[in-house]
Amino acid sequence: MPEAQTTQKDPVIVVLQLTGGNDYLNTVIPYNNPLYRDNRKAVGIPDNQIMHLDKDYGIPHYMAPLKQFWDDKKLAILHGVGWKESPRSHFRAMDIWHTCEPIKVGTEGWLGRVAREFDPKKENVVTTVSFGPSLPRSLAVPGVPVACVGGPLEKYGFLPTIQGEQRKQVLERFAAMYKPAIGTGAVMDYMADTGIDSLKGEDILKVAPQKYSSTVQYPNTPIARKLKGIAQTHLADLGSRIFYCDHSTFDTHAGQNPGHQNLWTAVTEGVDAFMKDLREHNHADNVILLMFSEFGRRVRDNGSGTDHGAGGVAFVLGEKVKGGHYGEMPSLKPEHLVQGDLDPNMDFRSVYSTILDKWLKLNPAPIVNGTFEQPAFLH
Amino acid sequence: MAHQDDIALMAHLMRRAGFGAGRDELEARVAKGYEATVEELLHPETQPPVDAYTLLRYQPASLLPGGQPPMGNVNWMYYLVNTKRPLEEKMALFWHHVFATGNSKVDNYDQLLEQIQLFREKGMGNYRDLLLTVAKNPTMIFWLDNQQNHGTAVNENWGRELLELFSLGAGNYTEKDVRECSRAFTGWTFETKIPRAPYGRFPWKFEYRPEDHDDGEKEFLGHKGRFNGEDIIDIVVHQPACGKFICRHLYNFFVADEPQVPAWPIEAPQDQKAIDTLVGAFRDAKFDMKPVLRVLFNSDFFKNARFKHMKSPAEVVVSTLRLVGGHELPKPGIGELSMQPTYMGQDLLNPPSVEGWHTGKEWINSGSLMARVNFVAEKIGDTSLPGVQAIINRLKERGSLSPEQLVDGCLDQIGPVEVGADTKQELLSQAKEWGQIAWDSASNAKIADQHAAEMLQLIVATREYQFG
Repeated sequence: MPEAQTTQKDPVIVVLQLTGGNDYLNTVIPYNNPLYRDNRKAVGIPDNQIMHLDKDYGIPHYMAPLKQFWDDKKLAILHGVGWKESPRSHFRAMDIWHTCEPIKVGTEGWLGRVAREFDPKKENVVTTVSFGPSLPRSLAVPGVPVACVGGPLEKYGFLPTIQGEQRKQVLERFAAMYKPAIGTGAVMDYMADTGIDSLKGEDILKVAPQKYSSTVQYPNTPIARKLKGIAQTHLADLGSRIFYCDHSTFDTHAGQNPGHQNLWTAVTEGVDAFMKDLREHNHADNVILLMFSEFGRRVRDNGSGTDHGAGGVAFVLGEKVKGGHYGEMPSLKPEHLVQGDLDPNMDFRSVYSTILDKWLKLNPAPIVNGTFEQPAFLH
Repeated sequence: MAHQDDIALMAHLMRRAGFGAGRDELEARVAKGYEATVEELLHPETQPPVDAYTLLRYQPASLLPGGQPPMGNVNWMYYLVNTKRPLEEKMALFWHHVFATGNSKVDNYDQLLEQIQLFREKGMGNYRDLLLTVAKNPTMIFWLDNQQNHGTAVNENWGRELLELFSLGAGNYTEKDVRECSRAFTGWTFETKIPRAPYGRFPWKFEYRPEDHDDGEKEFLGHKGRFNGEDIIDIVVHQPACGKFICRHLYNFFVADEPQVPAWPIEAPQDQKAIDTLVGAFRDAKFDMKPVLRVLFNSDFFKNARFKHMKSPAEVVVSTLRLVGGHELPKPGIGELSMQPTYMGQDLLNPPSVEGWHTGKEWINSGSLMARVNFVAEKIGDTSLPGVQAIINRLKERGSLSPEQLVDGCLDQIGPVEVGADTKQELLSQAKEWGQIAWDSASNAKIADQHAAEMLQLIVATREYQFG
């Protein structure tokens, strides 16, 4: 049983993907740097709307919930993340973040590899739970189960209209039809695994909302609903170790200021409620949350928004996180920019490597395809 | 009686070039002939249009759904379920996959539906004209911020996606080309919007503002000149990469699943000869889509590609509704019905981003597989629906059925569908639990109907049924 193999002390990672290319410079604002003002005539955050983190950086007022995490030293800011030759295509950039393969097309997601390490014999089909209608590449590894919850947890299951005595028989038949058969090909095998694992996962996951009660009120936003589902699953002690969700779209080419505000308000309020919920249930200590985006945006704004850029920012927060700045914001000086963009100075695989080595206690090299420096943002 | 092979081939054509067909229609089409059917599909004007009046009579809110998802989806779903011009609608879906535009930002289904109408009208016409029309489509302009692309402040969103996602594919241009392309489209915008209050939304209209256009010289893909947007499109469509990109999309959508689009610069097509054939037709026809589609549907590589394509959620839902029948009139509940593809991972008129959807195997995950199986099984198990009755009526012509006959009959009538030996064995084991079924008395008929419906439910739950 999953409960027997894992305890609530086992480290858990939650990933919140900021899809679309989050604007680094308006997220962690170098408010004293005159080049920020020079380049951000249209979308710069006014001084009176910046909450200072320290003498160099601030966050926009609409990310206020993060300030408390910063003050409590539970928020790590990872500067200049990306990689050399970062493509400006969302599609390709996200793929690279997911698979750690900047040159060729990767077939294995980095978190899928983690799940395989955690549960090589596939004993727990809810080791990884993703909230959203599609399966992110980062979780996809052939033969590794992922429970994808597209709607409310309560409704997760096959053929709900068939009930009673007959249900058991039909589901057994279903399971038999999804048995992998030799020689039917990779896609059929994949579907076999998906079908069987979902069937098993259904019984396990349905318990989570039934067991759940909390005084924390989540905001009524899609990201908060996903985070609440994650909290319910985590609090049910089902042995889940990897959770995934996303929020979009951070692709703020135009009308950036109201858009960016809505996006980050939803994300930070959701994260705040989520962490409060875990603390209320004494389940926060073994969780860290990683927020990343596929790239940052261009230094100079385009009159109402910002175009695709390179270097970006990632955040890790949690009780065991050593708060502070890691790395340095790449230079905004024109001669240091790459095609008008911040030159990434921290490889994203460094961030993964620290998490793998110090938090999940796994050897990072085979998972991220190489050895990378490890910023020390975990105790 | 039509030959079984002809029926199977016609069913394949109708699944791909349309949204499937019931047995009566398949038999009629086989009588007419394969090539004649292809020609009919290629000439939608020979078939009556969808009766939009009926939709509006029952669902007036679907005329101008504004930003509301169910009503926007109801409108398109009504067309998809009722069209007598299946290829016209399928091409609209194809171009929606390519020119993926979403309500998450547009917040206006009226405009998105207008774009779908554009795909209906021009989707089988000339690709160059289509691209130019899309470049002037206010919904697209807003989606990719070209109204913010000024002579004095270039916004690259449209310029980049035109090259990466709508014509050439990544790797076939430089960052400088993106810049120059974007400059050429400065001043392509839409008229100032009329405020929504008090009369509601007004349609958006394209506008070209010469004073906001950067008229300077540009260097684009090796060409030099004071290019405007239309010049860029002419250069783009003549690039060899363009035909390859569009034809690979056609292959992926109509023939067999390819790797995801971002892998295309790196991974070669699975059938290079097929792509070359399509590219040749595209070039010879000077970018006219119809001759390319004719070559595609009449080719052996198409005819031999049965069940090599994972049905998209839209295909799953629409083909099911067309098969079971009874959903032609927009009845209460159609809002929920129209959201079904969303639950399976394809929110029509609202793709996750401008890159559209990941297709093929990536349609399947634990949640989406459940949603697919549950929806189709619920519909096909409802013996009150006319299409389900039609299937059962054909089955009961024999009077009584052995377990083998029940399995074979259901697999045939619902497709014909091909399943693996192991799957078939399981279906047979289930049928054997019921034994011989017969329609020889009212009480037996009731049981026989029920078992036939249950067998159909088991078939649609198989892995094989997820392919089309």
